[in-house]
Amino acid sequence: MATNFTKSTARNIFFGGSLFFFLLFLALTFDTNQRLPKTDNSAVINPAVAHGKKVWETHDCIGCHTLLGEGAYFAPELGNVYKRRGPDFIKAWIKGQPTGAPGRRQMPQFNLSDEELNDLVEFFKYTSEINTNNWPPNVEG
Amino acid sequence: MQFKSQAVAKPYFIAAIALFIGQIVFGLIMGLQYVKGDFLFPEIPFNVARMVHTNLLIVWILFGFMGAAYYLIPEETQTELWSPKLAITMFWVFLVAGALTILGYLAVPYATLAKLTGNDILSTMGREFLEQPLPTKLGIVVVALAFLLNIGMTLLKGRKTSISLILVLGLAGLAVFFLFSFYNPANLVKDKYYWWWVVHLWVEGVWELILGAILAFVLIKVTGVDREVIEKWLYVIITMTLITGIIGTGHHYYWIGTPSYWQVWGSVFSAMEPIPFFMLTVFAFNMVNKRRREHPNKAATLWALGTGVMAFLGAGVWGFLHTLAPVNYYTHGTQITAAHGHMAFYGAYAMVVLTIISYAMPLLRGRAANSNKAQVCEMWAFWLMTIAMVFITLFLTGAGILQTWLQRIATTPMSFMDTQAQLSIFYWLRETAGVVFAVGLITYVVSFFIKGETPAN
Repeated sequence: MATNFTKSTARNIFFGGSLFFFLLFLALTFDTNQRLPKTDNSAVINPAVAHGKKVWETHDCIGCHTLLGEGAYFAPELGNVYKRRGPDFIKAWIKGQPTGAPGRRQMPQFNLSDEELNDLVEFFKYTSEINTNNWPPNVEG
Repeated sequence: MQFKSQAVAKPYFIAAIALFIGQIVFGLIMGLQYVKGDFLFPEIPFNVARMVHTNLLIVWILFGFMGAAYYLIPEETQTELWSPKLAITMFWVFLVAGALTILGYLAVPYATLAKLTGNDILSTMGREFLEQPLPTKLGIVVVALAFLLNIGMTLLKGRKTSISLILVLGLAGLAVFFLFSFYNPANLVKDKYYWWWVVHLWVEGVWELILGAILAFVLIKVTGVDREVIEKWLYVIITMTLITGIIGTGHHYYWIGTPSYWQVWGSVFSAMEPIPFFMLTVFAFNMVNKRRREHPNKAATLWALGTGVMAFLGAGVWGFLHTLAPVNYYTHGTQITAAHGHMAFYGAYAMVVLTIISYAMPLLRGRAANSNKAQVCEMWAFWLMTIAMVFITLFLTGAGILQTWLQRIATTPMSFMDTQAQLSIFYWLRETAGVVFAVGLITYVVSFFIKGETPAN
């Protein structure tokens, strides 16, 4: 590096540059938050959806599945499972676990109550209607 | 070892290695579950194994970072640590909290754990990497604050070098961004948006400052190159890191219900994220080439160079591979992501911690470097683990390409589970590479117990 480029120049660029881009990030975050209601489907969030999200979280579903592509890659994407399978299939499937098929990946039996199952499905319905810029590419997730 | 209080780093390093072993054991379990789906079911379901695997990783890296700070801050500031007693107390607090958390994951169903630990008071659990119960999260905050106080007070009374400032800045950022783990709204999009403020702004932001500072410290020590030169490089590298990485967060905002302009911001800025990693590699090799002394610790130099190269490959190249929005549309949430995650975490963070351990541990044990024999053993471990990780990454990449094709591109897309069945050859190969990695790790641990006849040089 050129000799007139000193350490203190480098330091100043670091602090100035980082600060600038962090402020830009905050501005974009502010703008995103303004626009979110148009895409995030938050209008439909009711106590059932909120409780469904909690059921999702307290059973660590993300430890095997992805939700909008984020999570573990061991089991199917569930952000669009409502569209792929429909509410009745989802409930029956969760109740029927584990399959016990030898050598196959197993999902635990979580003993969910009817209310928990209903709310979880409501949560999946809400996630399936979030505007994700047409992701996933097809219904298989 | 120039200062007595640097000794507190030793238990941190030992704990880091012990937890690393646990991480790999659970990695092997999961790798097998990918092909033998009912392995250890229902005793250890996949999601439990994964929590243990990823949480142990985070905790051992944090132990490594804290150990690194306790070792290098006294030497950089030329003064004893403000309170060695506080550092040891916090070590035990963190270790016990971490161990109880892991035992909790394994001993009771997660829903029960959530109920027992007050998740109903403030719901924070059940999100990837942030699965820890509320008391653990609060414990992490307490430990982080006590740690920052200790390091901050030491810095205030001593010499203020750029390396120590950057390290502290990184560690402070780590603590600040962790606070977003307590924000968990019912709105999934907002939840995910700020979840990334912990995860992305850690690993592609402030952690890179810590990485750069540790690496710069070790390079000064092993090469004897002038501090002014090394610190100037360090500033340039972390400048590039933050100006690309902060807006680069946008590459996580393509498909989660956020405005579509993030596809442009995320693609442009994250496409530049490999630059700082490339500079890091060039920097490490340059400094070693310009070395003014032959440090007897050859193993530490190898780890330092390896960190540069593997961080560039794992975080830089494998990150770039799927970061552009049109590509990510097809690869998002596939084994491509897993491939990138493995090599990036190993190459950047596991390796930098192993670098500082390699440099500092002999000094903490009262010698400049280990015996030749011990170093050769450690270098075998380096190559076994590193090459195994390259293969793990390649096999997962193969799986990911095939998965993307069968499930998302082919004219009649296959279901997720049918696709998985087609990938089993890659998963078997990955598991085999994982076993080689474990052999490398055992070799690494063995290297600490090799005495050897003559000290190196």
